[in-house]
Amino acid sequence: MSESKIERLISEDGIRCDGRRLDEIRPIKFQLGVLKNTDGSAYVEWGRTKILVGVMGPRESHPKHLALSDKARVEAYYRMASFSVEEWKSPAPSRREVELSKVIREALEPAIFVEFFPRTSIDIFIEVLQADGSTRCASISAASLALVDAGIPMRDLVASIAVGKVEGKLVLDVQDKEDKAGESDMPMAYMPSKNAVTLLQMDGQITHDEFLQSIELLKKGCIEVYKKQKEAIESHFKSAVSNGEEA
Amino acid sequence: MSQRIVPTVKRKQIIELSESGRRMDGRTLTDYREITIQTGLVEKAEGSAMVSIGGTKVVAGIKFEVGDPFPDIPNEGVMQVGAEFVPFASPEFEPGKPDEVAVELARVVDRGLRESKVLDTTKLCLIPGKKVWIVHVDVYILDHCGNLIDTAALAALSAMLSASMPEACVDGDTVRLTGRRIPMPITDIPINVTLAKIGNKLFVDPSFEEEEVLDCRFSVAFKENGMLCAIQKGESGYITPEEVLRAVEIAKDKSQEIRKKVVESLKLKSDKVGES
Repeated sequence: MSESKIERLISEDGIRCDGRRLDEIRPIKFQLGVLKNTDGSAYVEWGRTKILVGVMGPRESHPKHLALSDKARVEAYYRMASFSVEEWKSPAPSRREVELSKVIREALEPAIFVEFFPRTSIDIFIEVLQADGSTRCASISAASLALVDAGIPMRDLVASIAVGKVEGKLVLDVQDKEDKAGESDMPMAYMPSKNAVTLLQMDGQITHDEFLQSIELLKKGCIEVYKKQKEAIESHFKSAVSNGEEA
Repeated sequence: MSQRIVPTVKRKQIIELSESGRRMDGRTLTDYREITIQTGLVEKAEGSAMVSIGGTKVVAGIKFEVGDPFPDIPNEGVMQVGAEFVPFASPEFEPGKPDEVAVELARVVDRGLRESKVLDTTKLCLIPGKKVWIVHVDVYILDHCGNLIDTAALAALSAMLSASMPEACVDGDTVRLTGRRIPMPITDIPINVTLAKIGNKLFVDPSFEEEEVLDCRFSVAFKENGMLCAIQKGESGYITPEEVLRAVEIAKDKSQEIRKKVVESLKLKSDKVGES
């Protein structure tokens, strides 16, 4: 879709191409306990981004020599399905997926009481079914819920969102179109009750002032995501109580 | 990896020392170790630089190749950054294909260079839609004494700034090299600054022993005009938003200091750069 026609992404009255205000997040729907063979799982629809997360563990570390004597070993595997993007993507993990797996793990590990489970592994498998921007943020937010579903004790939920710069304006929760055309992208993961930033990345060009504003906007966005995460947990366990065991 | 007893004891000592603003190796919290930049070491590369920050040593080389453009940017050259961890650089490095640490390093270095638009890739097109210059920027970690990201970023940048590119003649559909060298289309001097958070203190340019005990790592790259162009938080700890703001303030000052150093060091050799 690389027509050279220039399409405005933000209208004069500050409305974005999908009808959102500058600081408005996309509709987000979290669901816990969607897979039968995992210890915990979650599914998220974040605008058109759709991601499934399964957690296995704490379980015996494999291979054994990688086990840590004082805490659980956390691994994250971020993978994009071959059909999740515009053009077919090779299923072999790209350098981007390797890096994202690492930063996603590092975003989640501070939330987990890893010291409760020495010599075990906690594996977090993330499968992006459809990518439409902010997949790392959606992955982290959904993975937090999959960890909750697995009953793994945590310090707080990790909520995540990105701020981008589009046509010179800072916008919350960038979608694919804005990310590609935008001047910068800055994802953050945050544990609100700990005031702890567990992931922060940026690419693009922003001024120092824009950086300060972005941090504020990111905090606000993360707190909104955090609320939705809590609602999803409540509704899951309410229905679990009334239905006995479902899917 | 599994021998974490010594670092745990050291962590206490590092934190105690930092209360009075000092570090194990005598630096203050905002000091870099000594930086040396040597360019033009590898004559067969279009550009090269050996950079050390304290004991950490990285060599970077630039190679040009005629290749195909990416379909979505048919009229632009391509810059590719790779990182190799040579096994003699640390007992922890093993031979084999780059692991996630190497991939992250290459991608962080790449982002700093790419997002600052250090290289004007629009000037690297040979035949629109068909042939462009592919610029390989490869960094080799030779000795690991902490802060690989800044050392690698500085080596890649210095190699690039000291490089000259092959001159090409286009006749219809064929690209012919004249054998002469022309200057690179350089537009910026981005500088990456890394800090470690240990306890509630921020340490500029962490040493190996500081990295062993850090809570998390924070890297930020600045353009010449002071704009931020890349950020990466690393490792499994956390940092507060207030600390992030402080880290960016400190890094901004440091980036200016290092940029001055780069300009000075490279000027010494500037008569060699761009020579045919």
